[in-house]
Amino acid sequence: MPEKRRLEEGDVVTIQKPAFDDLLRNIQNAGFQPVGPKVSGNTVVYGELESLSQLPKGYVTEQAPGHFRLVPNSRAGYFDFIPGAQSWKQFLLPPVFELLRLKKEADKWSFDGAARHPRSYAFIGVRACELAAIQTQDRVFLRSDFSDAIYRARRAKVFVLAVNCLHPAGTCFCSSMLTGPRVQPGYDLCLTELDDVFLLAIGSELGRSVCLDIPCEPANAFTLDKADRAIDEAAQAARSPVDASRCADDMMQNLEDPHWEDVAARCLSCGNCTMVCPTCFCWDVTDRMNLVGTETCRERAWDSCFNPGYSYQSGGNTRPSIKSRYRQWLSHKFGAWKQQFGTLGCVGCGRCITWCPAGIDTRLEVAAMQREAGG
Amino acid sequence: MIMTQEVARIEDSARQARPLNWARIVSVESEIPDVSTYGLRFEDPAIRSTYTFEAGQFNMLYVPGFGEAAISISSDPGDPTTILHTVRFVGNVTRAISRLQAGSLVGVRGPFGSAWPLSELTGKDLFIACGGIGLPPLRPALHHIVNHRESFGKVTLLYGARSPAELMYVKEYDRWREAKIEVETTVDRADSTWDGRVGVVPMWFYNFRIDPHNTAVLTCGPEIMIRFVIFEALARRVTPESIYVSLERNMKCGQGSCGHCQIGPYFICKDGPVFRFDALEPFFNVEEY
Repeated sequence: MPEKRRLEEGDVVTIQKPAFDDLLRNIQNAGFQPVGPKVSGNTVVYGELESLSQLPKGYVTEQAPGHFRLVPNSRAGYFDFIPGAQSWKQFLLPPVFELLRLKKEADKWSFDGAARHPRSYAFIGVRACELAAIQTQDRVFLRSDFSDAIYRARRAKVFVLAVNCLHPAGTCFCSSMLTGPRVQPGYDLCLTELDDVFLLAIGSELGRSVCLDIPCEPANAFTLDKADRAIDEAAQAARSPVDASRCADDMMQNLEDPHWEDVAARCLSCGNCTMVCPTCFCWDVTDRMNLVGTETCRERAWDSCFNPGYSYQSGGNTRPSIKSRYRQWLSHKFGAWKQQFGTLGCVGCGRCITWCPAGIDTRLEVAAMQREAGG
Repeated sequence: MIMTQEVARIEDSARQARPLNWARIVSVESEIPDVSTYGLRFEDPAIRSTYTFEAGQFNMLYVPGFGEAAISISSDPGDPTTILHTVRFVGNVTRAISRLQAGSLVGVRGPFGSAWPLSELTGKDLFIACGGIGLPPLRPALHHIVNHRESFGKVTLLYGARSPAELMYVKEYDRWREAKIEVETTVDRADSTWDGRVGVVPMWFYNFRIDPHNTAVLTCGPEIMIRFVIFEALARRVTPESIYVSLERNMKCGQGSCGHCQIGPYFICKDGPVFRFDALEPFFNVEEY
């Protein structure tokens, strides 16, 4: 029989799968709104969760360049699918956000509207690459010289329940980017789903506090070994020709390589890759004024370096060609990002590959640049 | 949850955020067609008394309903109570500014960006090469030089405009010359009023005898002009470490967050606009980068 025991941060225990609902309830009672993966419209989206039964149990995902299918599989567990186009970015960096609202009275503009307090979310089912993506955006928005108030307010209140991936999709390459499939520190709780039980690692005091009344047993060596082997196998599957240790240098040395023309001929400059990317952070601000000119709101929204207007200024467009825009995206993500924020901008989640309507395989484009560099 | 060491860092940086403050336009002076200089004073006396800036920095100016534009500060950093912005009317926001009169309010965030490193250049000769709307970001540096003239050796300003009518700040040349700044102007196209130099700035650069070992070159203007000024300066054996460039790109935030103004590893809004050329050299000549 499962017994109550003293839990410590760093412990790894097993819980019965139905106990997950109690865990979810505890997280909710601690003041966090659980959000997690659900099946909707033939894909997986992130939405509010009340119970285990809402998870995409019995599904796996088939992913390839320009290809995503949700496939029923009677043996599949709760977390055997690989996430869809959505990422947690939408909660921390809202796609559209009203920065301020102004009203003009007697020829004087004044701020209008009360400050909003964001909800505290519990992210349920964060994959290793996704946690790495959140930490990558932390470096962009929570710097010592600048921090973004909107991101900060949301990020500070997030509960992270992570999940180790055991069945990578065809576009996954977290192993190459050194971000997964094993979840790295930064979570409150981390699950590994085995056939009969969940393995639960306690990553923080907050994580511990929501587990106290959950029946659990210390994980035995056999179970731990089984989980380790499954994660190691997944790691083998999530490899690619990308060499993360050198790609920043390779990118910056190949800015004028003829291969950019090759990929530009295939790229539609649609910006899908930047929208689904969990680390792409660019945003634009526009004013929306009413017709009589007495009220305006400033709205911030995700932008993309593939939009022609992105680099438009008085002297013209800095990057008029698709070649220059694709190069900006790829050489930023796999190159310049490192000097800017100390890590590469890619976590190897593969979304840009899966959701590219032209089926451009980012892994191969990076590898092509690395070959040009003589690697 | 977020790592605890992050929290202190975040709180630290939150204090550095630069919010929007209202400033009143106290003067409007037309410089040349489609360019005017606006004098701004913050409405809030507390901001007015604490606001400072360095030569080369910029503010984001906001016109409600139209948006923000990054505009360099063109006045004396020694007197920041009234801030001057010389604005060329080219886009939505700047055209909205062009319709504002003295007494109107604009939103101001700033100052942002890096400055001309004047204190590091003590004892050096300065060669300032600029064109068109590239002069306003250098005027604060000229103010500084006039106020600290003994700190520098020979100072030359080579300034080019498309036509004689488009030369800016003409009334100030005498004051600069009095301070022993050599002021040389050139125009792309002369007219009947003009008996000075004709030709673009880089073309005249070679005409000046400079000491390559003790001269810092400061340049701002159209990117094509900057490119050739640097080319000429390097040809004269001025080192990349002695060349300073002020660049311009589309900017939305001013704090290295919105992504628009990137050039290679830099955000022009926070790592620039003023760069020492050796930082840009590896990719400065990459087309459409």
